Amino acid sequence: MPEEKTPNGKNGKSAGLVERLKAGVKEDLESLKTDLPAKAKEQVEILKKPTKTQVYTSIFRHKHDDTPRNRALGVLSNVFLHLHPAKINRDAVRYSYTWGMGGITFYLFIVLTLTGVMLMFYYHPSKVQAFRDVLYLEHDVPFGKLLRNMHRWAAHLMVIAVELHMFRVFLTGSYKKPREFNWNVGVILLVLTLLLSFTGYLLPDDQLGFWAVTVGTNMARATPLLGHEGPFGQQLGMTPYNDVRFGLLGGSIVDANALLRSYIWHCIGIPIIASIFMVLHFWRVRKDGGISGPAPVVLDSEVKEAKK
Amino acid sequence: MDWKQLWEILSAPDNVPIIAMIPLLAFYIYLAWKQAHANDVLIEQLAGDAALAKTHHRKAWPFKAGWAKEVHVWPFLLRIEFLAAIIVTIILMVWSITLNAPLEEPANPNLTMNPAKAPWYFLGLQEMLVYFDPWIAGVVMPTLIIFGLMVIPYIDTNPLGAGYYTWKQRKFAIGTFLFGFIILWVSMIFIGTFIRGPGWQWFWPGQTWDHNRLIYEVNRDLPDIFGITSNLGKGIFGAVVVGGFFAIGGMLVHAFFRRHNARDFKRMSLLQYSIMMTFFLTMLGLPIKMLLRLLFHIKYVWITPWFNV
Repeated sequence: MPEEKTPNGKNGKSAGLVERLKAGVKEDLESLKTDLPAKAKEQVEILKKPTKTQVYTSIFRHKHDDTPRNRALGVLSNVFLHLHPAKINRDAVRYSYTWGMGGITFYLFIVLTLTGVMLMFYYHPSKVQAFRDVLYLEHDVPFGKLLRNMHRWAAHLMVIAVELHMFRVFLTGSYKKPREFNWNVGVILLVLTLLLSFTGYLLPDDQLGFWAVTVGTNMARATPLLGHEGPFGQQLGMTPYNDVRFGLLGGSIVDANALLRSYIWHCIGIPIIASIFMVLHFWRVRKDGGISGPAPVVLDSEVKEAKK
Repeated sequence: MDWKQLWEILSAPDNVPIIAMIPLLAFYIYLAWKQAHANDVLIEQLAGDAALAKTHHRKAWPFKAGWAKEVHVWPFLLRIEFLAAIIVTIILMVWSITLNAPLEEPANPNLTMNPAKAPWYFLGLQEMLVYFDPWIAGVVMPTLIIFGLMVIPYIDTNPLGAGYYTWKQRKFAIGTFLFGFIILWVSMIFIGTFIRGPGWQWFWPGQTWDHNRLIYEVNRDLPDIFGITSNLGKGIFGAVVVGGFFAIGGMLVHAFFRRHNARDFKRMSLLQYSIMMTFFLTMLGLPIKMLLRLLFHIKYVWITPWFNV
């Protein structure tokens, strides 16, 4: 094999590598001493202004100085708040006009969803387990009793809030043109609220719920045409085993199937349906021109009759 | 006076919402009435003063030139919403710490609860079971209530009173709604909760619930009073009476409505007017049927082989 004479000969090559390595390490150490403290200083300066960081600006798309523009953007560029307009009539924020009942209803729905999901972790919708689960929840689960209490009382409060909301909307004539359709959506939501509460009544599987649901669903026996005790029910071939009550309960008596059905309606079915209608309801509030008032009063003499 | 009994009913955890609802309702009726009155006074003032009507900002609330007509949602609305959420949370927390949700014995189909009551918001319908057969009280009435509520925006042709509280501009609409909501819904819930005891019998507040009490009450049917015995006769008689109620009642309401709501009457189409009449008369039929039962012990008015009213 011929000897290689290049400067990077066999020996020279390795010697150069070691030297370069040494020089490189020295440079790195030097950099640690000078660059890192500089970067650290820079970092401290950046952290002093967290709103300028990339993470922050990627989450919040607008500046935070107290300017009218930023106040508007704070509402408009936030998915949870953009339900609101940027500005509203100065009188529309008056509590005495709206009573805040619609918002409170929605807030209670959120509370009920949160407490409800937590309750679901401890509950089996079966005849063997259900009542014991409630006992377990009341006596052994940390804050279990508080959880159940909050769920129950929030449900009652929600029914009251919904009724008061409807009362206010009626008294202020807020169902009138162009809000007729949204009033109807609201009526459906009222019914769904009552059904949500009613389906939850059976779930503890105690005497109270059992008999309340028995009384409630017994009325379904008497449904005209579709119930076996209702008018024209028998003529149409309705029996306790094929009528509308059977469909509701999944049987001819309130038993395991009824428990499961009311559980599924309560936790999945009706909440999904209600959520869809709620989206529609809120969206229509905005599309129909926002909150209805307080509007300027109109005099009887100013009403223009539509030509027929 | 059985104070213990009274306390047991009043303090039953599930009855607390109803007790809470009474002062709440009273407060909000007062709040609405106060604003309605202020607006009515303003309307009267503006109606009598054309010059003022042109310049006034037309709200009972103060407004001065130079004030911004609109305010930012953040912070002026959102802070209220945030506060409301906190207050509701506190109320809920205190309520949940101090009062336990009811839990009875495990469900037992062999041991009937007496009285067996529906959840409180359905007690109005359960109370109706005293006066009507289940197919009316439990199925037809809820359906009518839902549809009755839904048609309201389409039969109320009065353009006045949209977006502000008023009484004088909407007497008929508000009066009807108050009658339906307060008398037929809330007070029936109240009776169902606090008055009805074992066997769904009437017990005054403070009266001891007697599980063995028997009431000797002879309920008759309206055709019996007139000595009608044949099934065909009963069916025809009942149809005539019920039809008569709608015809004569309809005439009376028509006579009233035409005079006192002349402009509404003129605005309404035949369909709107007949839907309004049907729901209004059906609603009026409720207390009439109740009075027939309570005062004259009349059970059914219309008897047929298929259904009884």
